[in-house]
Amino acid sequence: MKFASLIVANLLRRKLRTGLTLVSVTVAFILYAYLSAIRVGLSQGVDVAGADRMLVWHAVSLAQPLPLSYLDRIKRIPGVDLVVHQSWFGGIYQNPRNFFAQMPVDPEPFLRMYPEFLLPEAQKQAWLRTRTGAIAGRATAERFGWKVGDRIPLQTGIWTKQDGSMTWEFDLVGIFDGAKQGTDTTPFYFRYDYFDETRRIGKGLVGWYVVRVTDPDLAPQVARAINEEFANSSAEVKAESEKAFLQGWAKQVGDIGTILTAILTAVFFTILLVAGNTMAQSVRERTEELGVLKAVGFTHEQVLGLVLVESCLLSGLGAAVGLGIGRVLTAAGDPTGGALPVFFFPPRDMVLGAGLGVLLGLASGALPAWQAMRLRVADALRRG
Amino acid sequence: MKPSAGDSSSALVQVRGVEKYYQRGTERVHVLEELDLEVKRGEFLALMGPSGSGKSTLLNLIGGLDRPSRGSVTVAGERMERLDERGLAAWRARHIGFVFQFYNLLPALTAARNVELPLLLTLLGRADRRRRVELALSIVGLGHRLKHHPAQLSGGEQQRVGIARAIVTDPTLLLCDEPTGDLDRTSGEAVLDLLHTLCRQHGKTIIMVTHDPHASARADRTVFLYKGRIVDAIPA
Repeated sequence: MKFASLIVANLLRRKLRTGLTLVSVTVAFILYAYLSAIRVGLSQGVDVAGADRMLVWHAVSLAQPLPLSYLDRIKRIPGVDLVVHQSWFGGIYQNPRNFFAQMPVDPEPFLRMYPEFLLPEAQKQAWLRTRTGAIAGRATAERFGWKVGDRIPLQTGIWTKQDGSMTWEFDLVGIFDGAKQGTDTTPFYFRYDYFDETRRIGKGLVGWYVVRVTDPDLAPQVARAINEEFANSSAEVKAESEKAFLQGWAKQVGDIGTILTAILTAVFFTILLVAGNTMAQSVRERTEELGVLKAVGFTHEQVLGLVLVESCLLSGLGAAVGLGIGRVLTAAGDPTGGALPVFFFPPRDMVLGAGLGVLLGLASGALPAWQAMRLRVADALRRG
Repeated sequence: MKPSAGDSSSALVQVRGVEKYYQRGTERVHVLEELDLEVKRGEFLALMGPSGSGKSTLLNLIGGLDRPSRGSVTVAGERMERLDERGLAAWRARHIGFVFQFYNLLPALTAARNVELPLLLTLLGRADRRRRVELALSIVGLGHRLKHHPAQLSGGEQQRVGIARAIVTDPTLLLCDEPTGDLDRTSGEAVLDLLHTLCRQHGKTIIMVTHDPHASARADRTVFLYKGRIVDAIPA
């Protein structure tokens, strides 16, 4: 601590240069925070996927429906604890740009399958009582200003009603929250029985099944058993873990991790050069002063430490400010208006970012610090 | 017969058979040759000689900033060639106070912070450090300039801050490299008065490199260097 004033004074001797470097580092870390949030968004909640949940879909494509009769057959397979079905509705609320997922489900088992959806008991009971009832995630409800009791009309180009209408109306009976940060609270769920009775085509079909296994370790065996159960049928299935399914979905965009790592590497390499240049200039200007420090008794190692601490302080401060601003900005949620329903800066990436800040400080200060350490006192004073 | 270089009985500094040379390609450039010198405790010694005569090199060897190519330098009983780099740094912090021609203050620090620098290497607490800094600055007559930065001080005042920094650890030996070389006559005189007082009243041993005969006249003894050797007088 007693060296603090010396370190801070050195950093402030060229305020403009230090300030600009600080801004560069800060901007890099804001970018890092944003890219982390985008990665989370594009991964669609892979990190929070249930380890004990599997998806069963048509072996040809997710767009191909499966018979509802598969439900009981899947239930009977050893290792299966719970099965629910879901289907894609694809409705439009007011405007095609107002995208959010809508799915008909069987409410009671559905809510048991997804304990991360927090729905007040009274609202749950209301959903069970109301055939036209629907629940919406908090994010979507807030986005459109919905409240319980509202009537929500959805236009669909797929599901014509018995009366020939393409407009479906639902009574909003509940709004659910997410138990974890990263839980997607944008979907809209309504009752399958109402949907199946009202639609003109596709009766008795569902989009896919979600299966909960009794033990996550049994998942591979259960998946094999499910695949075998429906082998050589008219609708063969593919079963895989929820995590693998979401990862596969995310990879349709490309290898997000690699793309983001490449961008961040380029950004941080540039910042390394900027910060390194600042430190190198600073040390070069202070050759004589470093000689004085050594003359009054500072050891080579102490001088090395001073320069490294100075460099780490500069990068660390930039990182802290950048991560803080990034945290605040990403806390505002999805900036795309629906394309990234899960959008947040994960605490794990925040810790990693802090580590990156220190690493950047060490890397940018290493060469100048080494030069300062090797400086001979007599030479330094002569150069001055 | 070599010129007299002091009485060894109470010598604080003993330089014995010191040579210093640099290898420049195949050529060996001698800066100091077969040099013997003793400086008594409490003595004020002036080192004079033309540029390139080896004055500053000798000062650096005595101050442990450089090592001799041959021979030995002993200060306060410590043979410096036996100390490693870290030991030498610790020894400098304890025994040596440097005063430079161009003051060499850190421009980003106040006068008080500049003077405090050597104390950062001690185990003294903040209050003790502050007390010592104030004492050192008051000895050089700048007790009222604690918070001024070097740019806000005159050359003479900056040099006095430099002297305060040199004496703040109460060192055994003060090494001054042309302390008045960058000052006008009045400021230079004030600095010489101060060094004289430090020697007479505070018992400091001082070795001062100077080109100025007026400055050397204030010393107890003057040693002349010419082409790396001690001589009786500088040849015309």
